[in-house]
Formats: sequence, C-alpha cells, structure tokens
Amino acid sequence: MPRKARIYVTLKPTLLDAQGRVVQQALTNIGFEGVRDVRIGKYIEMDLDDAAASEETVREMCAKLLANPVVEDYRFEVEGA
Amino acid sequence: MKFAVLRFPGSNCDQDAYFAALNVLRQPVEYVWHESTDLAGADCVIIPGGFSYGDYLRCGAVAALSPVMGAVRRFAASGGLVIGICNGFQILCESGLLPGVLLRNRGLRFICRHVHLRLENSATPFTRAGREGDVLRIPIAHGEGNYFADEATLRELEEAGRVILRYCGPGGEVEDRHNPNGAANNIAGIVNREGNVAGMMPHPERACEPLLGSEDGLVILNSILGGSA
Repeated sequence: MPRKARIYVTLKPTLLDAQGRVVQQALTNIGFEGVRDVRIGKYIEMDLDDAAASEETVREMCAKLLANPVVEDYRFEVEGA
Repeated sequence: MKFAVLRFPGSNCDQDAYFAALNVLRQPVEYVWHESTDLAGADCVIIPGGFSYGDYLRCGAVAALSPVMGAVRRFAASGGLVIGICNGFQILCESGLLPGVLLRNRGLRFICRHVHLRLENSATPFTRAGREGDVLRIPIAHGEGNYFADEATLRELEEAGRVILRYCGPGGEVEDRHNPNGAANNIAGIVNREGNVAGMMPHPERACEPLLGSEDGLVILNSILGGSA
C-alpha cells in the first residue's frame, strides 16, 4: 500500500511575490475586502513505496530537486512516518 | 576552436547557436544530446536558450540534473569554457555552476525585445573583444530573467568584477527604468569565480549578422574565439 507524501514549496518570506501581489489586487478588485497579502507556492503530492516513505528521503528530494534553497522553503508530511 | 551545443527536450535556440558557431564564427560545432556524457571534444560548450523540459518545476531545474550536465561540470572544473544563454543561464544557476537564480520578471510578462547592455568587465574570455563601458544592443526573450542572489553573493560578484553585463540605457545609463525584468543591480550576465563559466539572459546569437538588426553579439562570440571584435 503506497503512502502519501505531501510537500509544500513556498517562496522565502523576504522575497517579493509578484504573482501573489497581482492575485491580491484581483481579489480586491472583485470585491473581497481585507486581503492583505497573497503568496503563491507549489503543492506536490506523491505516492511512495514503504522503502521510500521516510522523512529523510523526502527531505533529500526537496533539497536536490523539488525546491531551490536560494529562494524557496519547503515543508512536508509523509503518511505514517 | 570546437563548439558543442547542448540539446535538451524543449531547447529552441540550439540551431541559432549552431548557426552562429558554424557560419558566423566559421568553427567546427556539434550538437550534444542531454543524455550524452561525451562533449565531443569541444573547447567551448554552449547551453542554448529555450524551455528545457517545458520549464517544469522551475526553469532549468530538471536539465541541471541531466547526464550531460555531469560532463559539463567536469569540463568546467578542468577549465573548459561554458556559456549559458537565457535558459542556459537558468540551467547553470540551477546546477550550482553559477550562483543565484532567475526569478519571474517583476512585470510578470514574457519580454522579447532588444535591450542595451553595458559591458562591465572586459577581462573575461566572454568579453575580451570589447571594452569596459561599451554599450551593446542585443535581444532578450524570457519570462524568468529577474536575477536574484543574497546580499553576500551580490557583494562578492560586484567586488570581484564578475558582473559582465548590465541592463542600461542607450548611453550606458545603468538605471532602474532600463531594467526590463527587475534583476538585482541590473545584472544581465555573470561569470563564475574562475572566469570560465558565463551566464547571460540576452541572446548574442540573435545579434550576429546585419540581417538580424544588430551585430553586437559578435563582441561576446568573438571574445570566446579569443580574437578581436
């Protein structure tokens, strides 16, 4: 039975998220008040065999490929890990 | 001088780079597929523009891990010349051969037009045919050309003269209004610490014949060849 890993990759908080800013403006324009800040990231979901379903492996995946440490942070959860 | 032009799925400036090497510089050139680990005996590797792997995940991220980039890493470590143009620059940053990263243009739009560039350091293998302060007119074509690096890295680049090209006005004015994409310090091109690996967002291969509207890219191309412009 494969186990799910859910990975969230986000732009570092110190960086301007131009895309998020446009979406914030658009939400305001269509009448949603009180939207202060919008930041857009990536959500990655994967099914892992037991052998791969460890925090250590997923962390390595994030460090090597899924996130760019220069500009992105990541967090994740692995089912049953 | 022999050139190798790398090809990834989604490269689309490979033929232009090949043409420039063969027909403009009149040098032998060979394509090298991304799965290869053999750089065909090249003296200079060109990583061309395009959308390698569809820009999936982040531009250049998947290409940076391809077999050919392992060979490029070894080639660069032994002092070989490597130039990444546009997506090639993104790939070099993702592979760690150059510092920093290219973020989405601050205006969020893909920009395709000629820009002016100030040549900042003529003491590199990629700029030696020009002079410091020269203004080149070369096209850009990218959605992610907004160069970013942390403060310490930027300081290091600046202090060591590793910024080779900066976006500027027609008279060489380095000002924010001439910065098309929001790049830190108007940076359009840099070299590594050793000076043998360069990355630049503008396309010199698209400015190498009168028919193309500018020949200013020859400053870069002739520099690689080691000759005068």
